[in-house]
Amino acid sequence: MSVHTQDAIDEEFRSLPLQALADAALQAARDGGATYAAFRMERILGTSIRLRDADVEGINDTEDVGYSIRVIVDGTWGFAADVGRSPAAVVRTTRRALDLARVSAPVNTEPVELAPEPVHQGIWRSSYEIDPWSVPQEEKLALLQDWSRRLLAAPGIDHVDTSLFAVKENKFYADLSGTVTTQQRVRMFPEFDAVTINADTGAFETMGTIAPPVGRGWEYLTGPGYDWATELAALPGWLVDKLNAPSVEPGRYDVVIDPSNLWLTIHESIGHATELDRALGYEANYAGMSFATPDKLGTLQYGSSIMHITGDRTVENGLSSVGWDDEGVQAQSFDIVKEGVLVGYQLDRRIASRVGYERSNGCAFADSPGHVPIQRMANVSLQPAVNGPSTEQMIADVEDGLYIVGDKSWSIDMQRYNFQFTGQRFFRIKSGQLAGQVKDVAYQATTTDFWGSMAVVGGPDTYVLGGAFNCGKAQPGQVAPVSHGAPSATFTAVNILNTAAEGAR
Amino acid sequence: MRPHEIVETALAQCTVDAMTVICEEHSQTNLRWAANTLTTNGVMRSVDMTVVAIAGSGKGRAAGVASASVADASDVAAIVSRAEAAARASDPSPDAGDLIAGSISDAFDTAPEETSPDVFAQFAPALGDWFGRARDAKFELFGFAEHEMTTTYLGNTAGLRLRHVQPTGRLEITGKSDGRKRSTWVGRSTRDFLDIDVDALDTEVATQLGWAERSIALDPGRYEVLLPPSAVADLMVYLYWNNAARDAAEGRTVFSRPGGGTRIGDQLTESPLSLFSDPAYPGMQCSPFVVAHASGSTDSVYDNGLPLQRTAWIDNGQLAALGQTRHSAALTSGALTPMVDNVALEVAGANSSTADLIASTERGLLLTTLWYIREVDAQTLLLTGLTRDGVYLVEGGEVVGAVNNFRFNESPVDLLSRVVGASATEVTLPREWSDFFTRAAMPTLRVADFNMSTVSQAS
Repeated sequence: MSVHTQDAIDEEFRSLPLQALADAALQAARDGGATYAAFRMERILGTSIRLRDADVEGINDTEDVGYSIRVIVDGTWGFAADVGRSPAAVVRTTRRALDLARVSAPVNTEPVELAPEPVHQGIWRSSYEIDPWSVPQEEKLALLQDWSRRLLAAPGIDHVDTSLFAVKENKFYADLSGTVTTQQRVRMFPEFDAVTINADTGAFETMGTIAPPVGRGWEYLTGPGYDWATELAALPGWLVDKLNAPSVEPGRYDVVIDPSNLWLTIHESIGHATELDRALGYEANYAGMSFATPDKLGTLQYGSSIMHITGDRTVENGLSSVGWDDEGVQAQSFDIVKEGVLVGYQLDRRIASRVGYERSNGCAFADSPGHVPIQRMANVSLQPAVNGPSTEQMIADVEDGLYIVGDKSWSIDMQRYNFQFTGQRFFRIKSGQLAGQVKDVAYQATTTDFWGSMAVVGGPDTYVLGGAFNCGKAQPGQVAPVSHGAPSATFTAVNILNTAAEGAR
Repeated sequence: MRPHEIVETALAQCTVDAMTVICEEHSQTNLRWAANTLTTNGVMRSVDMTVVAIAGSGKGRAAGVASASVADASDVAAIVSRAEAAARASDPSPDAGDLIAGSISDAFDTAPEETSPDVFAQFAPALGDWFGRARDAKFELFGFAEHEMTTTYLGNTAGLRLRHVQPTGRLEITGKSDGRKRSTWVGRSTRDFLDIDVDALDTEVATQLGWAERSIALDPGRYEVLLPPSAVADLMVYLYWNNAARDAAEGRTVFSRPGGGTRIGDQLTESPLSLFSDPAYPGMQCSPFVVAHASGSTDSVYDNGLPLQRTAWIDNGQLAALGQTRHSAALTSGALTPMVDNVALEVAGANSSTADLIASTERGLLLTTLWYIREVDAQTLLLTGLTRDGVYLVEGGEVVGAVNNFRFNESPVDLLSRVVGASATEVTLPREWSDFFTRAAMPTLRVADFNMSTVSQAS
């Protein structure tokens, strides 16, 4: 964990009457018969800069400040959120939560119980060097415009869309057990997307940077954290080559998948499939369920024996990393798939208790003060092989295949069996050598077949922490940021579609 | 402080050249359930303000936009200064334009309307009864009911004052039986939950689960399909979101004409169908003026307050208009046709029901909903996704059983040219996109040669 003193937290958040409002809410909840009550106040700053061909399309600045009270009364949840910042308003809101629990009781047949958690008191701040809010807007704009103009000036580039999203999230949590935590997280997502058009035929292609969103500050763009210069210099050439590349011959290929693509396949086919609330049916109407049901824990062969998947909320710069979750549970790390077998789930306190776990592993998260915490994804990662090969060695070992880089289109079914992914670029591999790009590529598979075909896992040098800002789940809909570490990996005989043929009649 | 006072207070503090202020009071209540029992619930209330500050004049105008929750008067001043500072530090906006002038609407100083759990007064007890019947009959219900009320106050330094009250309600129910191997779905878009007939939903769920008593395995391939209104809505909403005139004119969408310009005027289909938006469409009334918190391909913060009217996007099979801002309309020499927060598809002369379409089907697949729809190729607007919660085989005019799910790869634009039948249009809930877009009216469509690419084992 990073810093643990008050001054790690922005003054604007610390100066809110956090403890006084929490005391008022928790007292009213206790008086109203709540057996569990949590007061959560949040301040979420967002900034968005969007450029179109290096001109400003929009600059938006958002701030969401509010709080909620969540209670359990006679085994039924109640939840209310508001923005009024007086103790009287907080008490009124608490009573609305208590009332909602009481009127909901007749339609609740499953008394809510929470897995126990030790009492925590502390302060946590994510790992970043330069607070993006400390950087003048002119400076941010100048850097993004300079890089966009460089792309736009390259031969063959017709348009460039640029965006930068930054978030600073403060959370204060206090519950009836005595847990009181205050946290601050910063995350950044810069993206450059180029378009090339063949003016005669109207054919066009796009390609975006593969730099992942991360839990870092402004230094992500200016420091050694990512090699922007090399990627931005190479992108125009890759894109023009892609437009002129031959269309892929559909069929079965051995594929080497770069971490910039594989993180999303991990997210969809493992991350979501091992959320216990989904496996139990809580998301059946919306996000869906999972083939990886609890009766298969310890026996389901998820993939080949070299597959080791972990979940954590602790990794430095991880988008899902926290000090404590939104139910007051300390951040942890745990195994999900070991030697190819399903061994664990991502939990919150209610579902942990329901299936007999002694403790939640800390995966409760609410995306805003107005939303209820639910089980959300830890940083779910594929561990590299200790003495595993480099990406170059892996390519050299493939006779006839594809090397897939960058994520683009993604879709998976509601029980996480059938998926289809595309990518930013696809290189043919012939006799262990890269042999130019092909286009119109998608790979389609069933989750356990795909992970069962994983023949080689790359070494620690190939490992990259990818991720997403906008993972969706729950009703009302909530978005969560999450990172996924992945090495390069080789999969055998994967079904490759030609997307142009899929769209043709 | 009441919302209209927040708008006036903010405008009174303007120190830049022009300003638009949007204040939205939002209340929301919801119930969520799984396996015949409540899982979560909530009531929420918020007040948010967006300030569009415009510094400079003529082509030198730059915009700064700040949005934040408002708890008291001191927040208002802070948001105004943030927007003004951002405007002063920004580059000139390509979409700069004069503010929309106008007068003060009569309702402007009327208090916001709020929702509360009382909106479920009829529905919640009926749902509780249904849970009981479901337990007895050994099937499970999963779902979500939500009601939101947003009252928007929009004012600017050109004298315009507008107010709009937007109720939004949605109800979704998944029914599962036989150890969750059989699954079906029903959904409704509603303004007040008073039109929700739980007995009718119960009958629909029971009928569709009954259809699944016989299961049939089918291979991937091209099938004639009956796409019900919710599935059509999910495809058409995606098409609607991709109709930016400026992007098309730049050569980077399915509506771009090779060699330059847009495809407006192209006959997309021989079917006499029309896709249009109308702020006054009965049952899905929406804001009759532009509310833009950010500028983008089809939105400009400079257009806030611009009046909206019925707009045909596809007229009798012909591409008629694309989404425009004042800026993009000037750039592309197109009519000013801004986006509206609802969309409808009607097929001329189609007045039959979905049941009639089933009865006249020789062999085809009746779908329930589509899921996890994502763009695969922008050039053709090829989308992929899954069938979900019921694919039924129709033979000789009758449903004969339930089929496995499929992954599809289809373009909603190309698919229009394969429409060979349609029912009357009804207000529906786009299942995939209902977090962002709930107001759609669609028919059931009969589409030839729908591309079911692979089988999904999900049930």
